[in-house]
Amino acid sequence: MKPVVFDPDLCAGCATIDCLMKCQYVDFKDIDDARTEKLNINEGRDSRVLHECLTCYACQEYCPDHNNPFYLLVERQEEKGLLPAPRPILEEQLRMMAPRGRIERKMVSAPVVDMCAFPMLTGCVRGSLFENASTIVGTDIFCNIMWLHFAKNSVIRERVPKAIDNIMAFYLKDANTNELVCFHDECYGTYTSVAKAYGISVPFKPIHLFDYINRRLDVLADRIKPLNQKIAYQRPCSNRLSPETDQTLDEIFKKIGVERVPRKYDRQNALCCGGVPRAQQRDELADELVEKNLTDMLSTGAAYCVFNCPFCMATLGMEVAERGLMPILVSDLVQLALGE
Amino acid sequence: MEHEEILHRCFRCGYCKLPGNYVDVNCPSYLAFRFETYAPGGRMWLLRAWLDGKVSASARFADILFSCATCGNCVAHCAFPEFKDRLLLVFTAGKEAFLDEGIAPPPVRDLLTKNQIHGNAYGKPARQRTSWSEGTDIPLFSDQEYALFADDVTAYDPRGQEIARSVARLLQQAGVDFGVLAGDFRSDGNDVRALGETALFEDLAAHNIKEMNRLGVQKILTLSPHSLNAMKNDYPGQGGKQQVFHYTQALAFAMKNLKFKTGLPEIRVTFHDPCYLGRHNADYESGRMILRAVPGVKLVEMDRNRKNALCCGGGGGNFFTDLLSGGDDTPARVRVREAAATGASLLAVACPMCAVMLEDAVKTENLENLLAVREVSELVMDASCL
Amino acid sequence: MTAELIQRLSKIVGPRFVSNAAEELYLYSMDPGTMPQAYPDAVALPKTAEEVQQIVRLAGELKVPVVPMGAGLVLSGLTRALKGGIILDMKRMNRIIKVNPLSRYAVVEGGVAQGMLQAYLKKYHPTLKHSMPDAPPIATMAGNMCIHGSGHLSVLGGSHSDMLTGMEVVLPTCEIIRTGSCSVSPDWFGRSPLPDLSGLFLGWAGTTGIVTKLGIKLFPNYAFNDMLIFVCEDADTMPDVIFRLTGVQVAEDMTPWMTPKPDWAKGFLHINIAFGAHSKKELTFKRNLLQASVRHYIDRKTAGFLPLPPTQKNRFLKVPSPDLARFADLRKGGGFEYVGAMMAIEHFPEAYRAGLEIAEKFQVSYSLGARIIGAGHAMMFFFAYAFNRADDEDVRRASEALDATNRAVLDMGGIPWKAERPAQVQIMEKMDPDTFALMTRIRATLDPNHIMNPGNWEK
Repeated sequence: MKPVVFDPDLCAGCATIDCLMKCQYVDFKDIDDARTEKLNINEGRDSRVLHECLTCYACQEYCPDHNNPFYLLVERQEEKGLLPAPRPILEEQLRMMAPRGRIERKMVSAPVVDMCAFPMLTGCVRGSLFENASTIVGTDIFCNIMWLHFAKNSVIRERVPKAIDNIMAFYLKDANTNELVCFHDECYGTYTSVAKAYGISVPFKPIHLFDYINRRLDVLADRIKPLNQKIAYQRPCSNRLSPETDQTLDEIFKKIGVERVPRKYDRQNALCCGGVPRAQQRDELADELVEKNLTDMLSTGAAYCVFNCPFCMATLGMEVAERGLMPILVSDLVQLALGE
Repeated sequence: MEHEEILHRCFRCGYCKLPGNYVDVNCPSYLAFRFETYAPGGRMWLLRAWLDGKVSASARFADILFSCATCGNCVAHCAFPEFKDRLLLVFTAGKEAFLDEGIAPPPVRDLLTKNQIHGNAYGKPARQRTSWSEGTDIPLFSDQEYALFADDVTAYDPRGQEIARSVARLLQQAGVDFGVLAGDFRSDGNDVRALGETALFEDLAAHNIKEMNRLGVQKILTLSPHSLNAMKNDYPGQGGKQQVFHYTQALAFAMKNLKFKTGLPEIRVTFHDPCYLGRHNADYESGRMILRAVPGVKLVEMDRNRKNALCCGGGGGNFFTDLLSGGDDTPARVRVREAAATGASLLAVACPMCAVMLEDAVKTENLENLLAVREVSELVMDASCL
Repeated sequence: MTAELIQRLSKIVGPRFVSNAAEELYLYSMDPGTMPQAYPDAVALPKTAEEVQQIVRLAGELKVPVVPMGAGLVLSGLTRALKGGIILDMKRMNRIIKVNPLSRYAVVEGGVAQGMLQAYLKKYHPTLKHSMPDAPPIATMAGNMCIHGSGHLSVLGGSHSDMLTGMEVVLPTCEIIRTGSCSVSPDWFGRSPLPDLSGLFLGWAGTTGIVTKLGIKLFPNYAFNDMLIFVCEDADTMPDVIFRLTGVQVAEDMTPWMTPKPDWAKGFLHINIAFGAHSKKELTFKRNLLQASVRHYIDRKTAGFLPLPPTQKNRFLKVPSPDLARFADLRKGGGFEYVGAMMAIEHFPEAYRAGLEIAEKFQVSYSLGARIIGAGHAMMFFFAYAFNRADDEDVRRASEALDATNRAVLDMGGIPWKAERPAQVQIMEKMDPDTFALMTRIRATLDPNHIMNPGNWEK
């Protein structure tokens, strides 16, 4: 088993301990307190951070040295058997999302869009935005990044290579492309950030949905009817693994004529949607996060609440709609601007 | 018997007896007779028993089978996915099996004989099929966009003929480009097919398709939802290539061309969804779009509407065979009571069979002073400047 | 005799609503469960209590059995005419007579379906609801009441017979009597303070009279509703978990379930917990109470609540749930029957293990679960077996599994609910003899002609 790529010396020399000091969910008295806890984690000792972590991935983004603090934290949680969620919840999820082994070879052609394990969203791949696109979906190609929330790096190590093999063997091997458009941030994060940190080789080229959409909008430029709307964006935890794509999203919004309203909880300061803490049985914290997100969005005067994560949308969508904002996925918003 | 392999899978849980909101019994034959045998589950179990030799084919068994109004309520509300889609197919197959054995209620036999010999349910000549438009300026089909097809009821029944004239005049006024189909046309075959006489249906369909092809018909407008269903869903299997629409579907988008009287008083109208427009073809809106466009109309809904609508009892050939008649709770009588309970003074219908069935029921229920049945086109005509 | 019976029944209910045709006799000879056929001589569909009265009078005169039937969905064959006679299909008596919104009760006729009352309240009294069983919505109020049914408000209000406020009953001797406050007052508010005669007709499988009207308690229909699914791995913890969850007195309904399908659920024990509130704040408060009650297990990571996004909860909040009916098609064979065992909560682990063993032994498709009755006062633990109706061997296996389950249930101190004839025999073997003797005396007094659903509760 390859260890997570992590340089303890680099971490020890860190002046800011941003990974913990910027954390929105675990409080520290001062930087020395944070440094002590970080050292405990690095050296395999117990740390309250291992117990209190919300598993929002944000520290991956905060670390100025890209030293994988979150992946290491998950490693330590698993080593110590510190489960963020109760065991039966974990076990059922493990079974639900296990590869079924029922995958069938399918002829696909570019662009191939990876819908992960969620067939209910394949309907989003439509119209000129996804012209001639093929979709692939199912638990056999599940990206498995969710186990970061459950202290299960071992499952990532076990299942991700299989999913990658399946994607290649059943779809991309005979296709006319080596590119895989990842509809979800999670998949892109898995095949770039996680794979790199865990030493998993990826034989195809993952393309982030935003990059794909941004390129398509250049092709479809004459069809765009600017929406002239204010939108509030709910940045998902998994985008922390590919923060560079957040700029691409800005370009998309600009092209379709929407204003991403400044939010207190956006960009690096994005707040968890509240979904994961419910699995951790922290519903009161989840309620607080939902309320903070909603209050923040409503204060901006936005008409839409835009999601890129289906789980965030499932968690917040109804509440958002009840408060008068239209919940919508990025791809659907773009299709609106294309008049589709 | 076709589909017999699924008969035993019916649990008889009874979801099929009710609408989705459970307000009251919604299976027409079960409503009329109330024996479990007359419910979809009863038919399934009886057919299984018949195939197993536990129950013999009999006149009563035939009545039970052929009284199904094929309204599709059971299909809409059965709890078992996929299985539910085959319910009406099973019942039709059961009827076909009974016909093969030479067992059918006398009215069913008579209806099929008339269709066999004369090509329609009334035993009248095909040349009289357009007699309803004679003496009017309603054009016959030549090269217009739509060909208007008159089913047996609008072609031969006096009340149906009134409806046909009303629809045609309104379509003219709304600027719909159409002509009345004239030629050697026969019954649309929808009810013949529902009664299990598949071969006869195929003959009727093939004949009509051939005649439409000869006349160069591309798009059909039907007066009856029954015709819509047969021509849209079953004719393609017999080689039909025409696009098919119910007249309300064309009229709904042409309402803007009509001029209405001013100062019309508010009138409460409730709309009865025809089974073959609604549940069978998923159009619950065309009729309502038309009504909403009429000044003064206040549309109120019955408890059972759209997918939950109660059938008038005329489907599956029952309009002609009358197997559901005789009790206080015939579907048509229950339906007009429900309509009256909404406080509506007009019950709008979009099917000539529903019109006749419900008008009769209004009289039987002595509701004439409270409720009038109007075909949608008639209601629009009343309010328009025609 | 049959000709005379039919002729005279026709005079009472009209010829349209009487049959002795082979088709009706066949269909009414059985229900969807595993019990063998028992043919009636006639089926009649009365519309009024007076018609029921006249039929009972006729039956008494001709010494013909009478078997009342609601939707015929009991599954344990209680509406079969074990000794022939007339099956009274009560579903034409379907008027909702009145709703008292302030005292929260409804009075309905004996053939009113559960779904119809639900729809009626939704339309005319949207702030009220009644407890719906998980039976299909065509199941009748009276049928469910007479078998001591339970439903989606049973944690809140107990078994459905606990929610009964009074009845109108046609006795085997033809009198129409009333039980509860309606025997004295125009109001149907409850069964106290009078001698409680309602018990003469509850749980007797139609052997003591025919219910033509009943009053039932209604409850607040909350504007905000939520549900939780608790999950754990250890059956031994379930009694304590149920004790804790019911202890906070927040849930309206609690239904444990343990099924081998879907695959992810096998081996885990779940409890669906439904609750409602007048405001979101109250709803959150109630959820927090429920969660806090089992924090002991959550903190040890041995149990917890499934994280369900709001959109996924709707199917669990649907009342009645169509999932139960769908279980019948598990084997693509349209067959399903269960032993519902009324028992004390502490027998949960024992019942669970017995269910697994029996399913394994008889190789039957199973679903295990329970409905909690009251604040953890009892439970109806169900052992449901699906079978293929077209496969005699499969039916036999299910039947044997049911029989074994009944015995196991009685051995652990439970009592089969709405017991089929063979299970009744097993119960009577265990019953205190003097109690059974009293039952027999009461029955003989009420039904001197022995015409009411004979063959049931008899040794």
